[in-house]
Amino acid sequence: MSADASSARISEVSKKFGITPEDYMLPARHMINLLNPDGSLRPDNEQGTEPGHEYPLPSPARLMEAYAALVTGRRVNDQNSALVRQGRMAVYPSSHGQEACQIAAALCLDDNDWLFPTYRDTVAVLSKGVAPMEVMTSFRGEWHCGYDPKAYKCAPMSTPLTTQLLHAVGVAHAAKLRGENTVVVAMCGDGATSEGDFHEALNFAAVFNLPVIFFVQNNKYAISVPLSHQSAAPSLAHKAVGYGMAGERVDGNDLMALMAIMTRAVRMAREGNGPLLIEAHTYRMQAHTNADDDKRYREDSEVQAWIAKDPVTRMKAYLEDAGLLTEETVAKISEDAEAVAKTLRDGMNQDANTDPRELFEHVYSTKSTQLAEQQALLADELDREEA
Amino acid sequence: MTATTSRVNPNVSAATARAAAKAANENQPVTFGKALNTALADGLVADNSVVIFGEDVGTLGGVFRITDGLTARFGADRCFDTPLAESGIVGMAVGMAINGMRPVIEMQFDAFAYPAFEQVASHVAKMRNRTQGKLSLPMVIRIPYAGGVGGVEHHCDSSEGYYAHTPGLKVFTPSCVEDAYLMLREAIDSDDPVVFFEPKKLYWSKEQVDLEQLAQEYEGKKSAKTEGRARIARAGSDATLITYGPSVSTALAAAKMAAEEGLNLEVIDVRSIVPFDDETVCASVRKTGRAIVIAEAQGFASVASEIVARVQERCFHSLAAPVLRVTGFDIPYPAPTLEKYHLPSAERILDAVDQLQWEA
Repeated sequence: MSADASSARISEVSKKFGITPEDYMLPARHMINLLNPDGSLRPDNEQGTEPGHEYPLPSPARLMEAYAALVTGRRVNDQNSALVRQGRMAVYPSSHGQEACQIAAALCLDDNDWLFPTYRDTVAVLSKGVAPMEVMTSFRGEWHCGYDPKAYKCAPMSTPLTTQLLHAVGVAHAAKLRGENTVVVAMCGDGATSEGDFHEALNFAAVFNLPVIFFVQNNKYAISVPLSHQSAAPSLAHKAVGYGMAGERVDGNDLMALMAIMTRAVRMAREGNGPLLIEAHTYRMQAHTNADDDKRYREDSEVQAWIAKDPVTRMKAYLEDAGLLTEETVAKISEDAEAVAKTLRDGMNQDANTDPRELFEHVYSTKSTQLAEQQALLADELDREEA
Repeated sequence: MTATTSRVNPNVSAATARAAAKAANENQPVTFGKALNTALADGLVADNSVVIFGEDVGTLGGVFRITDGLTARFGADRCFDTPLAESGIVGMAVGMAINGMRPVIEMQFDAFAYPAFEQVASHVAKMRNRTQGKLSLPMVIRIPYAGGVGGVEHHCDSSEGYYAHTPGLKVFTPSCVEDAYLMLREAIDSDDPVVFFEPKKLYWSKEQVDLEQLAQEYEGKKSAKTEGRARIARAGSDATLITYGPSVSTALAAAKMAAEEGLNLEVIDVRSIVPFDDETVCASVRKTGRAIVIAEAQGFASVASEIVARVQERCFHSLAAPVLRVTGFDIPYPAPTLEKYHLPSAERILDAVDQLQWEA
């Protein structure tokens, strides 16, 4: 599709909402936020919504499903951090505090839709359905990716920043050329928006009118560098209009708002309205990884202030007030989360199962003579070690 | 009145006209560029998952016209222009290959491929490995490369070394019209990513090649594989010139001059830099006992260096002289009026041949 056709599509959608194309593409004046930090539902006129930027509340069943995943996500983050402290795992970039974003990114998708995660998106990958120990393969240092991306429709967690957004664009493009209605969610952080591939991916997606949702978790830090050093834009969501796509800001610790916004985004993308940029405001509660010392670049008081905005307690308070959480459901949700944590503990306590001879197996579709020679050399070394 | 074409004489059947056209074509030499263009077209016909994209490859047919006519013939879904962004082109190709397509993408010039290097080195090369073989990336990155055409700054790099150094990539470079066709067909059908280097000075070179017959042989699996197989471009017995791409014709010219002086030089065209054909190269050196490696790229830490190392590791006891290199100097590629001093010439190759300790 030509760029002209893309902008015609934007005009058509904005007309449907009764607003101008600019008002459709620009984020709403305020961040979309449905729940207060104490879990109370904000009044209609304080949710940040406006014409063309309206988001229906998710159903109670949908919220309960998301909340259960949220509790598991928090448990997984904390369990993995503990396993690092115990020396069972080399490194774990925790998404503690960002779990609502993780859950919404994965749960909004159908089975045939693709997710493109980063290294901090373990919880999203789990929520997409990948088996817990297969996700942890890379953090255990056994292999770079432990799951079959095609089976789960979930790309390998990307360590290089932002490169995966272009892969997401390609997956969507291939699907579109075949007439499939696949939607792709491409995840990145605030720091990644400074990379050149961010620009190229958004531009390609818009020019080819592809069903990609760029989901930016703005957790305020790129390791130590704060958002103010990454961008002078009014917001990261405002970058969308420069590409000819719509952008929106959402409270990234408000699971209800995230589910509402992502559900609509997926529907709109599937209907052929092109890509979207969603910026979720959240906060990285812990250091970049266990190897980082966040006291060198931020005040503890800043971190403490975000505890009150925690996504898990907020959602729990809402569901309790709404009478949706019974003693039984609470027990069941906690039990399920514990089961995943136990799977991780048990798995991590097993010794790594690696074979150095495999190093040469997946470089090419067929092994070259040279690699076969090098494999034989290593095998010989190993045989002598074992003898 | 005797009419000779079906246009003026409807009594001449279409089949007769086609046969006449074919006969006429058989007498017409084919250019290197046309062979590549035909390989792309035949690749699109053979497999619906093949897609071609890049800068100016659609309506224009590419700045070197290698994709000429493909959009018109196959439609804009099969051959299309992208925004001007090399990392975007390669990155999108990665995603399309993940999702069942076989992208064949064009980097407009050697040095303009550098913005895409992260995508190539971190993803194209590693995807199969990092996923333990779960994801393969069958894609071709076509790169017009090397000099000798009076190109301006950043248009003449020999960048094959960067890619050859990166495990997971295959690196091909044809030096004759037949190989241009066959090697590109093989690259498109490969289940591994191939960086396909096209010597731009050869685009307009012509040879008598029947592309239709070549296509039939390729599709009937009758043609020999080119991947991992070096080619003996000239048989000889006194010394081996090992080279590839744009330097093959220079080496052949040197061999011709040497023959007049009574020296019979063998010329090996590596053509598949990765995977590398140690067997053919080393068999030749063991036979001749002397070798020179020739390439346009700077010699330091280069493909030429690697070939020298491999030859001396494997053929040490057959060597009568050290293996020498004739390469570009270790300088940035010069401006057009100065490039002739930089590029390996037949004379410089013959000077090196003189140094192969013949007196011993």
